[in-house]
Amino acid sequence: MARITMREAISQALWEEMEKDPKVFILGEEVGVWGGTYAVTKGFYDHFGGDRVRDTPIAETAIIGGAIGAALTGLRPVAELMTINFAFSAFDHIVNQAAKMHYMFNGQMVLPMVIRAVGGGGRQLGATHSQTPDAIFAHFPGLKVVAPGTPADAKGLLKAAIRSDDPVMFIEHATLYQMRGEVPDGDYVVPIGKSTVQRPGRDITLVTYSKMLEVSLKAADQLAKDGIDVEIVDLRSLRPLDMDPVVESFKKTNRAVIVEEGWKSYGVGSEVAARLYEQAFDYADAPIKRIAQTEVPLPYNRALEQSALPNVDTVIAGVKEVLNG
Amino acid sequence: MAETVSMPKPGFDMQEGTLVRWVRVEGDAVEKGQVLAEIETDKATVEVEAPLSGVVYKHLVEQGSIVPIGTPIVIIAAPGEKVEDAPVSTPAVEPVKKEAAPVSEAAPSPSAVVESAASGDGRVKASPLARRMAQEKRINLATLKGSGPGGRVVRKDIEAALAAVPAPSPEPAIVQPVAAAAVPVEPVWTGGEIPADQHIPLNRLRSAIGRRLVESKQSVPHFYVTHNYNAEPLLALRSELNQLLPDDQKLTVNDFIVKAVALALRQFPNINASISGNELVRHGHVNVGVAVAVEGGLLTIACRDADQKPLRVISREVRDMAGRARSGKVRPEDVEGSTFSISNLGMYDVEEFIAIINPPEAAILAVGSAQKMPVVDGDTLRIGTRMRMTISADHRVTDGAEAAQFMQALAKFIEEPMRLVL
Repeated sequence: MARITMREAISQALWEEMEKDPKVFILGEEVGVWGGTYAVTKGFYDHFGGDRVRDTPIAETAIIGGAIGAALTGLRPVAELMTINFAFSAFDHIVNQAAKMHYMFNGQMVLPMVIRAVGGGGRQLGATHSQTPDAIFAHFPGLKVVAPGTPADAKGLLKAAIRSDDPVMFIEHATLYQMRGEVPDGDYVVPIGKSTVQRPGRDITLVTYSKMLEVSLKAADQLAKDGIDVEIVDLRSLRPLDMDPVVESFKKTNRAVIVEEGWKSYGVGSEVAARLYEQAFDYADAPIKRIAQTEVPLPYNRALEQSALPNVDTVIAGVKEVLNG
Repeated sequence: MAETVSMPKPGFDMQEGTLVRWVRVEGDAVEKGQVLAEIETDKATVEVEAPLSGVVYKHLVEQGSIVPIGTPIVIIAAPGEKVEDAPVSTPAVEPVKKEAAPVSEAAPSPSAVVESAASGDGRVKASPLARRMAQEKRINLATLKGSGPGGRVVRKDIEAALAAVPAPSPEPAIVQPVAAAAVPVEPVWTGGEIPADQHIPLNRLRSAIGRRLVESKQSVPHFYVTHNYNAEPLLALRSELNQLLPDDQKLTVNDFIVKAVALALRQFPNINASISGNELVRHGHVNVGVAVAVEGGLLTIACRDADQKPLRVISREVRDMAGRARSGKVRPEDVEGSTFSISNLGMYDVEEFIAIINPPEAAILAVGSAQKMPVVDGDTLRIGTRMRMTISADHRVTDGAEAAQFMQALAKFIEEPMRLVL
């Protein structure tokens, strides 16, 4: 067990899986000689060589299309999208091809591919480079969508994603690369589709994932000073979505807030809230609240951008509102 | 030939009822008149009977559903018959969980009216969790003050209510009266604990009575006219007729009053009426409702076309319907369609009282006891028997003069009761 950053954890998972399985290879913009825009693959090119760490043109359609072809022919590609916003250029390949081929060709082939996509706002990158469109990808049957909130989960989930025979969207949050946490050494795998309680509590259930886990944990620490005991459930995977720990927690606390960074409408919070009402209606003691990004294209201006994103204060206010509701 | 049975309308203003139990399952053979299902309404549990003999082909609604009046509920087919075009679409019914049913309609108890969670539309606001807890702990949500937004009852309100209910006290000692006492007296409390307050959730009937009569008393401008009738001829005729009748068919004073009221109503179509929106409905039929005390409340049974029926038929019908009402087996048609009601407390030695109109009817007659009293007969004072009746009437429909004329017309039938047997 070592205390490392999420960047190092992701890098470790990739490195170990490439060492373990020669079919695993990386492709993407600037992943090779440069070592990755976020330096995740620094040193990979020198160690594994150009055949397994392939720099591509600035053409997301080509990156994902190439990954699909490689996966169909038996390799296990890990495609990196510099930002998830560029996934829209490859949207057809992701949701119409990768997500559906196994189904449409009667299971004759599998697509063991991972799309590592960097998302999230808060870095003044403007409206088109700051989105959190996780829910869009989670909408499609045939894709798995994971989004870790801790270094340990990043390592464990990426290993599971690389080993999965289904296409997996592995969504990393750009502002979490520096986050440090205890990460088990060696072959540490976190199964896809398992939510987990990151902080036990008894008063209210806070459901979240990715960057908002960090925000929610900070909010919970502050709320604890007011005597409010928050339980935090980390979804980790958006598809398949594991509601069991969420429902179990809700049955105990009877109140829930869902915190996501993306927009509220048709979002992760909507899905979780609807499932809670379906599965635990008789346990609800107050309306379930969704906390999410203000519904505007994310502003460039720093103050405006920060005010549009959920933060510790909005989470605290939301929790108190639901507790008084 | 298959036939569809629809949800009956067990009460005048009923919109829906809960189908609490299928008595006959699919595939069962039924005879015409046998009970198919039990329906719980605001008033009582009523039975739905098979209108024809056959086989229960298909239930169209689930047990426990709230079913709008007139919705098809079951198909009865001939044995072996295949019903090709059975309605496949499920009617728009609202399945209810048992625990949720009564609370949303519960009327507030008087002590909690001001601060209870019952909102203006009669709905109690409560979280799903609070509803479930209230059902489990048998707490009437309408009696609680909700601490949530808009007065919503939430978990902590239920917990507070539970904490406030005192633990059952031990059985108080009852001391028997001393043997020497010449006259038996009631046991007295001596030194034992005074019993704690009992908190009893309102049942569906109690809630319905409360809701309907609050609405009536608050929204209908009642006025009252009292008339003092000479009961001597009626009592005399009754004992004369009853000598001719076996014990189980003897006529009651009430039977005469039902008939007398029905005949008087025939002359006063404006009083045999209902308000419906902006319209006054003058009913063609004269269906006299009779309030019957039942366990935990009262029901109004309807003696149909009482103006057309001989006294003995009225007597038998009222006796049968009242019996069914008291045993909780009232049928939809028993409590449906009255156009005017009578409440008779004569058997309780009541001089007079006034009743609340049973909406949407226009009036109700409160009947007191026939009592001996000094009467002035010409210029002499003698002992006579008089009976006071008070009509409560809806001033939107009728006025004092008309109500008084009705009471006067009623006198003709009460005081010259031979008219009732003609």
